[in-house]
Amino acid sequence: MSVTSNEGIIIYRDVHKWYGDFHALRGITFTMQKGEVIVICGPSGSGKSTCIRTINRLEEHQRGQIIVDGVELTNDLRNIDTIRREVGMVFQQFNLFPHLRVLQNVALAPFWVLKMKKSKAEEIAIQLLERVGIPEQAQKYPAQLSGGQQQRVAIARALAMTPKIMLFDEPTSALDPEMIKEVLDVMKELARSGMTMIVVTHEMGFAREVANRIVFFDFGQLIEENTPEEFFHNPQHERTKLFLSQILDY
Amino acid sequence: MNDNQQIVHTVKEQLRPPIERIPVFRWLKENLFSSWLNVILTVVSTALIVTVVFGLLKWALGARWEVIPANLKLLLVGTYPVEYLWRVWTTGYMIAFLLGFSGGSHGGLMRRVSTTAALISIVLAVLPFPWGTRGWLVGIAVAAAVGFGLGYLGKGIRWCKRLEIAAWILSFPISLVLLNGVGGILPVIGRRTTWGFLLNLIGAVVGIGLSFPIGVLLALGRRSELPAVRWVCTAYIEIIRGVPLISLLFMASIMLQLLLPANIRPDLLIRAMMTVTAFSAAYMAENVRGGLQAIPRGQYEAASAVGLNKALITILIILPQALRLVIPAIVGQFISLFMDTTLFGFIAILELLNITRSIMGNIEWRGTIFELYVFIGIVFWILCYSMSYISRRMEKTLGVGER
Repeated sequence: MSVTSNEGIIIYRDVHKWYGDFHALRGITFTMQKGEVIVICGPSGSGKSTCIRTINRLEEHQRGQIIVDGVELTNDLRNIDTIRREVGMVFQQFNLFPHLRVLQNVALAPFWVLKMKKSKAEEIAIQLLERVGIPEQAQKYPAQLSGGQQQRVAIARALAMTPKIMLFDEPTSALDPEMIKEVLDVMKELARSGMTMIVVTHEMGFAREVANRIVFFDFGQLIEENTPEEFFHNPQHERTKLFLSQILDY
Repeated sequence: MNDNQQIVHTVKEQLRPPIERIPVFRWLKENLFSSWLNVILTVVSTALIVTVVFGLLKWALGARWEVIPANLKLLLVGTYPVEYLWRVWTTGYMIAFLLGFSGGSHGGLMRRVSTTAALISIVLAVLPFPWGTRGWLVGIAVAAAVGFGLGYLGKGIRWCKRLEIAAWILSFPISLVLLNGVGGILPVIGRRTTWGFLLNLIGAVVGIGLSFPIGVLLALGRRSELPAVRWVCTAYIEIIRGVPLISLLFMASIMLQLLLPANIRPDLLIRAMMTVTAFSAAYMAENVRGGLQAIPRGQYEAASAVGLNKALITILIILPQALRLVIPAIVGQFISLFMDTTLFGFIAILELLNITRSIMGNIEWRGTIFELYVFIGIVFWILCYSMSYISRRMEKTLGVGER
């Protein structure tokens, strides 16, 4: 089952996914190294979210191979559990647990999944809330926080499992414009600390500044991948040029 | 930061909203006498209300209310042997003590419930009951107060909390043993006597205590990924919901008798309670399922993404939210279950309603039908209203931080 991992922390080989008859992912192949930050962009419906959701098996792929940190994703539940412990995820809609306080939201997984002592789990939670800049909100419920604060709690919750990889699925798309920066700042800090990150986003400023590579998706295919410099100034593919002209020349 | 502060200073002061006062006369004119038709409707309905209220008052003042105190013991506990009545009181004390304990250690809703219970018992003790009864009633308040004090002292101590939960759970079997007795230690009461209102209470508590967990399991089963579990649960729910409770009760009382050999036939009382539980569980399951369906998919996804397994996701994330959403429906089910216990009378178990009928059959109390039914109505109303009051308070307190 285990595959040599020196060739990349995430490996996609010809991955396909269908929703009923709809062919959502049409042969995705790419490799990601440890410590890399990859930004995925592309028009809506292009399969970018579906693609990162196959990494922790929120979506199942039906053909091809996905290998995360040396473990291949199959229907084997143990593999899925192992990978979910190593992969943190942040969602567009935050998806915090509304019936739990902020502190409990963050401390829940270390306590129940990693079997930490409650005091230890809460100590870690406080540290993480400090890291994302909102320790004073620990005793509040999610609904009492602003969108930006909620998304920062969601990042802390994912980090509490000390993941090797962090996935961000349009983390700023549901936020008021004033709150986007506070979330992106946290993500930048995370990237600088050496975290391996895949970010689906339309924030091109963030992509330019932080990403090692930008990947462009359309029609369930990986159209182009390049360094930010090349991607913005010298896009290879016509479809990429069109996309960039539509989102940048506003 | 400085810029922001300067901006704040230039914001206009917040004003209070204007208060609108409508004079009584104008209100009457606008709402009751705005057109000829409305004038007629107002006059007619006022006349109707006055007549009904007057008639009611006239009846209530002339009614033979003495039928209630004279038969109170019979109504409440049936022919429960007088020499064992202390067992009923002891059960009451235990529950009053636990209520007090929870009230002392939690505050909020539990505190209100426990103090209300104590107050009611004191008020009742002031009424002209026999002195013995009054003594027992004061004891209820004392038990609640002692529990309250202990609970207050144990506030925030972890083992106290665990002890409290354990005590509450244990209180159900202990109550049943106390009330009905066990072979060898406490004389068994069983069906040698009629239980009166006590039976309705026991039936409701047992039914609620059992049908709630069973209903939750059924609801989860109906949404299970395993087809066999799903089909069994769905079939159970749909079959039970398609049959009236009264026919289920008849089946339990008569058909089981024909099907099972006499030596393994459970007591009629137990069969009746099992039937009510099974019936209520099916409805409970559908209420809970409604709550489960209202939980957005993102909650499952977020919980799976942090590595929780399916069981933990259900227990920690989904059920707490789902149950909170359906508190009104669940309590509604509790209330109707409580009312349904009066159907026990149809399968020859003497509960409150039957006892009423036997009192009316007594020559001495002939014609007291309204008095007795009004009394029953009031007793049921008080308990059902308390339940619905508690449910409303629970919604409020649990709603903290809801989306």
